[in-house]
Amino acid sequence: MALFPRGWEHYLAGGVLIGSGVSLIYLATGAVAGTSSFFSAEWSWVSGLPFFRQARWRQERVWRLVYAAGLIAGAGLWRWRTGVALTTAVAPWRLLVGGLLAGFGTRLSGGCTAGHGICGLASLKRESFVAVPVFLLTAILVAHLLP
Amino acid sequence: MTDKRAAPAAPSRLMIALAGGCLFGLGLSVSRMIRPEIVLDFLRLRDLGLLLVLGGAAGVTLLVYQLAPRVLRGPLLGGSFDSRPGTLDRRTVVGAALFGAGWGLCGVCPGPALAGLGAGLWPLGWAVLGLSAGAWLHGLYSSR
Repeated sequence: MALFPRGWEHYLAGGVLIGSGVSLIYLATGAVAGTSSFFSAEWSWVSGLPFFRQARWRQERVWRLVYAAGLIAGAGLWRWRTGVALTTAVAPWRLLVGGLLAGFGTRLSGGCTAGHGICGLASLKRESFVAVPVFLLTAILVAHLLP
Repeated sequence: MTDKRAAPAAPSRLMIALAGGCLFGLGLSVSRMIRPEIVLDFLRLRDLGLLLVLGGAAGVTLLVYQLAPRVLRGPLLGGSFDSRPGTLDRRTVVGAALFGAGWGLCGVCPGPALAGLGAGLWPLGWAVLGLSAGAWLHGLYSSR
């Protein structure tokens, strides 16, 4: 069995670029740049729920919004320069329900693939060394059970 | 004394957030991780490329996170390096399991959901909708 049937260079290059982005933000501003907090922080603009009214979200919502715009712009730049048009055949209901579960779970857990997987591990945070194996194993299990 | 440059929404800091986000989005695109099929193939152990994405990203970040606070007096734009302590309890584990279940179901996590939209993978709008709704439900749950 081939470990990397699509090649490996672009995976490593992509990882290094992602790490550079997260590192740049830390070096310049000191902020730990996970991506799932965006989905909580932006609710503070419109929601009256006590959780979203915490000062933390009001402080972070602007830079997290700009950070998200950067994610979108970076991918847009890539699309524009390479002309590669990607598609997906994953059904909308799976994207919606999967997103819902992932969104609730990542906020409950305090991080996602970026927050725990990259930033948390790189900060040697104990909780991330627990969360990453748990979400990897659960995801592998679910992906195997559902074709 | 307040350091204006250290305000979270100072223009220079927003420029950095934009540039860092751009690099992140570029990396997610170059690695093709924005395509749910790539993630699902990894989770089904048919293509282990995502280990290199995670390893490459965590490796670079590990170096910077560990070295910067030892070498620099503080972040280049002022303020301090975030060293917020995390929490490890039942929620960390249950949340990670739910996150994993959702990730395994759809092959999309928060970063790629946003970046995918930038690359024109429009169906990922469903995932962004789901992630937003999930985060709101978490806010409701945590407001009790």
